[in-house]
Amino acid sequence: MKVTLENLTKVFPGRGKGAKEVIAVNDFSFEIPDGKLIGLLGPSGCGKSTMLNLLSGLLTPTKGKIFFGEDDVTALPPEHRGVGLVFQNYALYPHLTVRQNILFPLQNRKGKDKLTKPQMEEMALEAAKLVQIESLMHRKPSELSGGQQQRVAIARALVKMPRILLLDEPLSNLDARLRLQTREELRRIQRATGITTVFVTHDQEEAMSICDEIVVMKEGLLQQMGEPQQVYDDPANHFVASFLGTPPINQFAGTVKGGKLYIGDQAVLPVPGVSDQAVTVGIRPEGFVLQENGAFTCQLKAVEVMGRDITVLSTHEACTAPAIRSIITAESRVDTAKPTVSFDLKPHKVLLFDENGERIRF
Amino acid sequence: MEKRNLKGWLYLLPAILFLGVFMVYPLIDVFIYSFEEGYNSAAQTSFGTGLYNYGKVLRDPYFLQALKNTLILVLITVPVSTGLALLISVGLSSIQKVRNLYQTVYFLPYVTNTLAVGMVFMILFKKTEYSDGLVNMILSWFGVGAIDFIDGHYWAKMLTLCIYTVWVVMPFKVLVLTSALASVKQDYYNAARVDGTSRLRIFTRITLPMISPTVFYLVITGFIGAFKAYSDAVALFGTELNVAGMNTIVGYIYDQLYSGGGYPSYASAAAIILFAIVLTITCINLLVSRKHVHYS
Repeated sequence: MKVTLENLTKVFPGRGKGAKEVIAVNDFSFEIPDGKLIGLLGPSGCGKSTMLNLLSGLLTPTKGKIFFGEDDVTALPPEHRGVGLVFQNYALYPHLTVRQNILFPLQNRKGKDKLTKPQMEEMALEAAKLVQIESLMHRKPSELSGGQQQRVAIARALVKMPRILLLDEPLSNLDARLRLQTREELRRIQRATGITTVFVTHDQEEAMSICDEIVVMKEGLLQQMGEPQQVYDDPANHFVASFLGTPPINQFAGTVKGGKLYIGDQAVLPVPGVSDQAVTVGIRPEGFVLQENGAFTCQLKAVEVMGRDITVLSTHEACTAPAIRSIITAESRVDTAKPTVSFDLKPHKVLLFDENGERIRF
Repeated sequence: MEKRNLKGWLYLLPAILFLGVFMVYPLIDVFIYSFEEGYNSAAQTSFGTGLYNYGKVLRDPYFLQALKNTLILVLITVPVSTGLALLISVGLSSIQKVRNLYQTVYFLPYVTNTLAVGMVFMILFKKTEYSDGLVNMILSWFGVGAIDFIDGHYWAKMLTLCIYTVWVVMPFKVLVLTSALASVKQDYYNAARVDGTSRLRIFTRITLPMISPTVFYLVITGFIGAFKAYSDAVALFGTELNVAGMNTIVGYIYDQLYSGGGYPSYASAAAIILFAIVLTITCINLLVSRKHVHYS
């Protein structure tokens, strides 16, 4: 099911006297292609959970429209939208067993949609099998681990064959190892069912690793949407560039003069076609190549050997962070006896932004 | 380990002493008196021991009347007050605006003196030479003849007592249930809504099980409280409860202690009978609850 958002806006009234109203989602328009896994990504408080609640129908938008396929569902209450929603804390009913929890949405059906008991049992078992919890059917949620609870929540959302599956921070309550495992699992389940899935996360690694497309949000505004790699390589603005990537992008105050980019007084890269101006320079950690007499020289601070690659920590007065982090291949040898280290820069890993944070392409 | 045990007991000592002197000792004493014939508290003497007191009490028509009154009161007021309180709290939780006002209104009876409330009920229900009371006035609009709720037919009086009791015990239940309802996480309701659960089903399958420990607590304390009813009857019908036919078990015990020089043995036997009844009911409650109460 394709999902289309048109100028979607949600404004919350301010709390208390004279409080300003909060624009949680601001004039959002985008299209989620059918059968894709989409990651809604942004820092805390950027409106991504509000967005999810708008999709599920738990909140009604102040302005704008939502379409599922060709149906306008904007005014439709949640129960008629056919969405499956997995909550951050799973919201499993603690007094019901796993089986009863999964059966719950099916038992709600009335009239011609009403199912017989064997039908319901079969569907519940099928959903349980999909998330591999069929051996836990008679346990209560409190007797399950976090990962198992997560699976039950997904099974409960899937059992009613939703048109759209929505997941709110599905991995944030899991420990690091389980998170890795579960995100693969999510990908597998989504592929197996082919249900259009939107999941909200503040963890960019999570979003990048499993999503077909990511949507980056900031303060209610859509920043960029696209395939993870493309968004990473070609960010639309300063925010997206700095939000994506671990370790984060290195940032410098720089200037463009005569078609050359200067950091401090070093001309580090030719940037043809860019007019003379002050710029913010972002260089991805992998954008450095160790080179004696390279264009960009920094004060060497430390070298971290990771085995797979080497991280060089250095400083430069134009850098906005206390240390520049550059990742170079393990074959390179850094002369730690010298006080400085020099690099050449990979042009496509160097990103320029104007004073408004907009990208300057070259 | 031994030393730590000793320390533990030492910390408990004040509480144990207090409970022992003011709770356990009197309890045992009452138990003993109930088997001592004609016990005299001034002279500390008795004629003999045996089940005579129990036989006497159980054959006393006043006791049987008090027992009947108490049982009717319990069976009517506990379910009615708990059910009504549940309805009111659910109503209160779903309104946003004047909620605080309503909460205050419903809580007023709790902070009002029983006897003062009794007086208000007299005005509402009492039939005098000058007025038939407010309730009779309203009833007359529907063509119902004046009923004497205070000095009239047994069931009219019982009805008044039940309404009064429900009215008095409800605020506390509403208060406790409202906070229990507030503690149910919104996520459960959201999850249920997304799954298209009807409101009734949300209430019976989610809300009720989630607050079942609180409901159970209210039922148990409600039973115990109703079995101990006394002041409510006095507030409505005065101290001559046997004459009014509206005595309760606790009222009977009180009468035995103080009327006609006092019969502490009979009072003790009646108290032990009451204790046995309450204990039995509570045990049944606990057994039933195992299946229906969900502690998270």
